[in-house]
Amino acid sequence: MKPVRLLEGTAVPLERSDVDTDQIIPSDWLKRVERTGFGRGLFSEWRDDQEFVLNRPEYFGATMLVAGPRFGTGSSREHAVWALMDYGFTAIIAPSFGDIFRNNASKQGLVIVELGITDVESLWTLVKADPSLLVVVDVERLCVEVPSAGWERTFTLDSMTRERLLNGWDDISLTLLREDEISSYEATSDAPTLQGLFDQDGHVVLPH
Amino acid sequence: MSAQTLFEKIWDQHVIASPSGEPTLLYIDLHLVHEVTSPQAFDGLRLSNRSVRRPDRTLATADHNVPTDPLSTPVNDPISRRQLEALDENCEEFGITLFPRGHENQGIVHVIGPELGVTQPGMTIVCGDSHTSTHGAFAALAFGIGTSEVEHVLATQSLPQQRPKTMAVTIVGEAPPGVTAKDLVLAIVATLGTGGGAGYVIEYRGDAITNLSMEGRMTICNMSIEAGARAGLVAVDETTIDYLRGRPGVPSGAAFEERAQHWRTYLSDSGAIFDREVTIDAAALTPSLTWGTNPAQVVALDGVIPSPDDFDDVDQRGVTERALAYMGLTPGLSVRSIPVDVVFIGSCTNSRIEDLRAAAQVARGNHVAASVRALVVPGSHRVKRQAEEEGLDKIFLAAGFEWREPGCSMCLGMNPDQLLPGQRCASTSNRNFEGRQGRGGRTHLVSPTVAAATAIMGRFASPNDVLS
Ligand code: SF4
Repeated sequence: MKPVRLLEGTAVPLERSDVDTDQIIPSDWLKRVERTGFGRGLFSEWRDDQEFVLNRPEYFGATMLVAGPRFGTGSSREHAVWALMDYGFTAIIAPSFGDIFRNNASKQGLVIVELGITDVESLWTLVKADPSLLVVVDVERLCVEVPSAGWERTFTLDSMTRERLLNGWDDISLTLLREDEISSYEATSDAPTLQGLFDQDGHVVLPH
Repeated sequence: MSAQTLFEKIWDQHVIASPSGEPTLLYIDLHLVHEVTSPQAFDGLRLSNRSVRRPDRTLATADHNVPTDPLSTPVNDPISRRQLEALDENCEEFGITLFPRGHENQGIVHVIGPELGVTQPGMTIVCGDSHTSTHGAFAALAFGIGTSEVEHVLATQSLPQQRPKTMAVTIVGEAPPGVTAKDLVLAIVATLGTGGGAGYVIEYRGDAITNLSMEGRMTICNMSIEAGARAGLVAVDETTIDYLRGRPGVPSGAAFEERAQHWRTYLSDSGAIFDREVTIDAAALTPSLTWGTNPAQVVALDGVIPSPDDFDDVDQRGVTERALAYMGLTPGLSVRSIPVDVVFIGSCTNSRIEDLRAAAQVARGNHVAASVRALVVPGSHRVKRQAEEEGLDKIFLAAGFEWREPGCSMCLGMNPDQLLPGQRCASTSNRNFEGRQGRGGRTHLVSPTVAAATAIMGRFASPNDVLS
């Protein structure tokens, strides 16, 4: 993962709540075995509608998505994060998020900015009035700004996620530093395993 | 030690490390894998030259993509086929037990874990699938993860996790006749809302829950995620133990009884404190279905389609308007008058033997309406075999239902079982999102008995409507 400190770009208002991951990336896109190329599938059903906000030329090239409450609920598909990032988004700003989506985003370096609904609404108003406004998300200081409008809000991020973003750390390497602890946990655990339960072809070995 | 909730017991027993200011590193006892959310994770392992730490704690099955046509039919969609082949290759390379399409143990990942008895009380279980919450019915802490986390668990058998909060949802009183586990969980989701469970692990309690079979409890825990909660739990009781006795994954004889004695500790201590408590009165519940495009948009079968004006909240009014437009419904319409095109009985919510028995009982001696296509998709080959031993397939076929091979099927339409644009479906699955069952398709979530009755009547109906 690349370090993420300061994000700057224009923003697109997605004035909908409950944008679930089935909408973000419909299931026909989940058949791919690659991790790239999902941007074309982003909101693919909605993008058939010429009026859909992502199709409006004034928002082309936006890198921040400003959405309504409960963004990214539903299916655990990380493809939703890959699609948003592949399309070019670097941060999602919304009043609340699905738990798994938030986790997935943090693993990939997609920045999740949680703001109150009134702040999200005021940001919608600003970017609708002027889609070319520069929006800045500062992971170091944990704030979002629209400098030309003198608009600034802070947000919270748990300290670990923030550190990981700032340093570009990947979770697996961090966890593997705890190899000894994992091994000593395993030595004391008596939780059942699948050892000896199935033969080579997956048939149940009896008697167990 | 002070009184602990069930969640706290399982969590505490799985803590590898809890460094201050960082998420807890949690040990994972069982990792279930399927073809859709794993290829990129295995790729990640290969790229960084890592292996699967515990193949003996990892189990894979093909479910999302598999066609439900007879097994002699090839997988025609080349991209689906590629994904299924990738699973074969990855399991082979990394030494993981796999149940490929057609294997006697193959089925929907959340159906096979419990039926094989590898889902056991007190375990931590993860899978790259949000309905992993299903396994919580066995007092296992089970939750869905994304692909990066799948890779993390494959490599380390552990997962950094923020400790969730605890919620008790207690269903008091007795559910009226005809009210099924599906109706209970639709009521729970409607009560909490789609985000109400976010950040919580829910423990389901009360007589209306403990009176349920394991199948019913799985239906409830399955849809925890629809209320935003990543996990649901039901305490161990004799129903849990009786279900597990004799399953392939558990020992037999004295060894089983010994383990069962340990399992009996997996319940919340009396006096344990939950962060939030919600109570629902079972006596007030009726057979229900969803009318809209999120699973909290629930209406009674006896009811009428709601109007945006029913809501004070502006946001809710907008959501309702959009949902009505997508679903092609007008406010005030009586639910029973709405015709359906397709009925789908299946998915990890309602495709177990008990679900099929309940549906077959309604179907017996009746016939699917001429205008309806009705599919029955058993959750696994084991379910299918058992149903066939009981003659349920014959009942369904005689009544004009299709009897298909197991898989996720029309629950998410990654295989050829999809709705056409505008088609209306009564579905026993768990998500009624726009396009979930096929582009432009309209999904109504129902119980297996309402699904079967609806197939026969050609419009939403209860078993009583059929029998009378
Ligand atoms: S049946 Fe549906 S909800 Fe369950 S695992 Fe399959 S796709 Fe997911």
